Amino acid sequence: MASHRKIIQLYRNLLREGKKFKSYNYREYAVRRTRDAFKEHKNEQDPKKIASLLKSAEENLDIVRRQVLIGEMYGDGRLIIESTIKHAT
Amino acid sequence: MAHTSKVFPIVVQRCLLRFPRGLQRCPNVRQIHLDIEKASAATAAAVKPRIPHLEEERKDMPDKNTRPLYLDAQATTSLDPRVLDAMLPYFVTQYGNPHSRTHAYGWESEAAVEHARKQVAMVIGADPREVIFTSGATESNNIAVKGCARFYKSKKNHIITTQTEHKCVLDSCRALEMEGFRVTYLPVQKNGLIDLKVLENSMTEDTVLVSVMTVNNEIGVEQPVAEIGELCRSRKIFFHTDAAQAVGKIPINVNDMKIDLMSISGHKLYGPKGIGALYVRRRPRVRIEAPQSGGGQERGMRSGTVPTPLVVGLGSACEVAMQEMEYDHSRIKTLSDRLVNKIQAALPMVIRNGDPEKSYPGCVNLSFAFVEGESLLMALKDIALSSGSACTSASLEPSYVLRAVGADEDLAHSSIRFGIGRFTTEAEIDYTAEKCIEHVSRLREMSPLWEMAQEGIDIKTIQWSQH
Repeated sequence: MASHRKIIQLYRNLLREGKKFKSYNYREYAVRRTRDAFKEHKNEQDPKKIASLLKSAEENLDIVRRQVLIGEMYGDGRLIIESTIKHAT
Repeated sequence: MAHTSKVFPIVVQRCLLRFPRGLQRCPNVRQIHLDIEKASAATAAAVKPRIPHLEEERKDMPDKNTRPLYLDAQATTSLDPRVLDAMLPYFVTQYGNPHSRTHAYGWESEAAVEHARKQVAMVIGADPREVIFTSGATESNNIAVKGCARFYKSKKNHIITTQTEHKCVLDSCRALEMEGFRVTYLPVQKNGLIDLKVLENSMTEDTVLVSVMTVNNEIGVEQPVAEIGELCRSRKIFFHTDAAQAVGKIPINVNDMKIDLMSISGHKLYGPKGIGALYVRRRPRVRIEAPQSGGGQERGMRSGTVPTPLVVGLGSACEVAMQEMEYDHSRIKTLSDRLVNKIQAALPMVIRNGDPEKSYPGCVNLSFAFVEGESLLMALKDIALSSGSACTSASLEPSYVLRAVGADEDLAHSSIRFGIGRFTTEAEIDYTAEKCIEHVSRLREMSPLWEMAQEGIDIKTIQWSQH
């Protein structure tokens, strides 16, 4: 069975990498989806299920990393809401 | 002394116990983190990002750092990064023609296309052999409506559709009328749904096809597809549904719903533009006269090279949509309710078009009485919204869909469609609601009609002088 530590590490990496999305909407989604997915399966006991979830999380981490780079190269510009939020704080 | 020496070893022990674990973990994480950091720093520093500059084409491009929020999910959706990730290899290295049988470039592309066909079939509960790829839902609708009607022309020549269908279905029917077909354009009820009794009464011995869309693109209502399918099957009439706004968003099963033909669009479910699919039932078999001549790809129904990267994108979008359907739906419902509640709590006389229960929550169509829709859209330039479908957004005519549901002319003019999608955030909803409330109040303050309505004058009773 996958170690607890490995799961935590994957969770942290997904959050950390997801936060690097340049696009506001993708960034928010990546963070939100990661949190909700880990929360949803918090009490999962079936080792097979856990293994398959971990595998898809790892694949998603690779996707996030690649897509963050794509965003750096082709995704420019901020939404008006980002500047508004900045002003507010 | 004795006291500290007792404490100290415990501290050391704890450190030794804990630290190695920490040491084990940190370098790994840090190393990966640094590598990526370096990589992205390298791209950011060494590679200049490509930003299209098309100011020659248009002067009113959005400012780089104040781009409007996107709330027009019915017009199109952004590509999901997971989908783009699946597509890119087929743009970069695996560029073979999927119909090339003589070399590996062809084989790998063909394998990718067939895998995508399975993914599309899966989301609608079909057999992969029943899925044909097209350029989008417009083409699928054309092939389905015209192709099916023309094939059976010698036996039957009557088609039933509704007044709220997408333009491409209505125009295909008009084209068939020119060819001698009889077409019934069913009216819809006040809530946008068709009356099954009226549908049944319209069916004749000559009816070959019924075409009713699953989810309406302007008001979001969900037609009773399963009941329509049942009715059509019992009368041996083919049933086509335009499910461009529904596939991947609400559960659809072509067998449970007895659908014979179904149109799917890639870019409405976070896939790429320029790709769609048509489901064509094999048992009982639906036959089609292909409108387009050519190399006979897609079982002869749609000639032309299948665009591998786009097809891979559509397949991936379907798979992601299937995984995310429940999550997306509950979230979109929450956001949708939040938007409607906020606006209706603050503003009187806001009418929701379409049935509030039997509709897809991601499409909210509101009429703001005494406010001209176009002026409101202009005022809300920070938010990408539309008064109806993108296809007709250039004209100032009120939407034919809203007229079909019996909305008064003035209310049809004051409608705005809010499209909420997978990537919409709470902050965007709140911003939109606030801006909407602010500008509707402001525009109403300026309106003499609003003032009269406040004084209790019924606007409809006013006799306008003729000029």
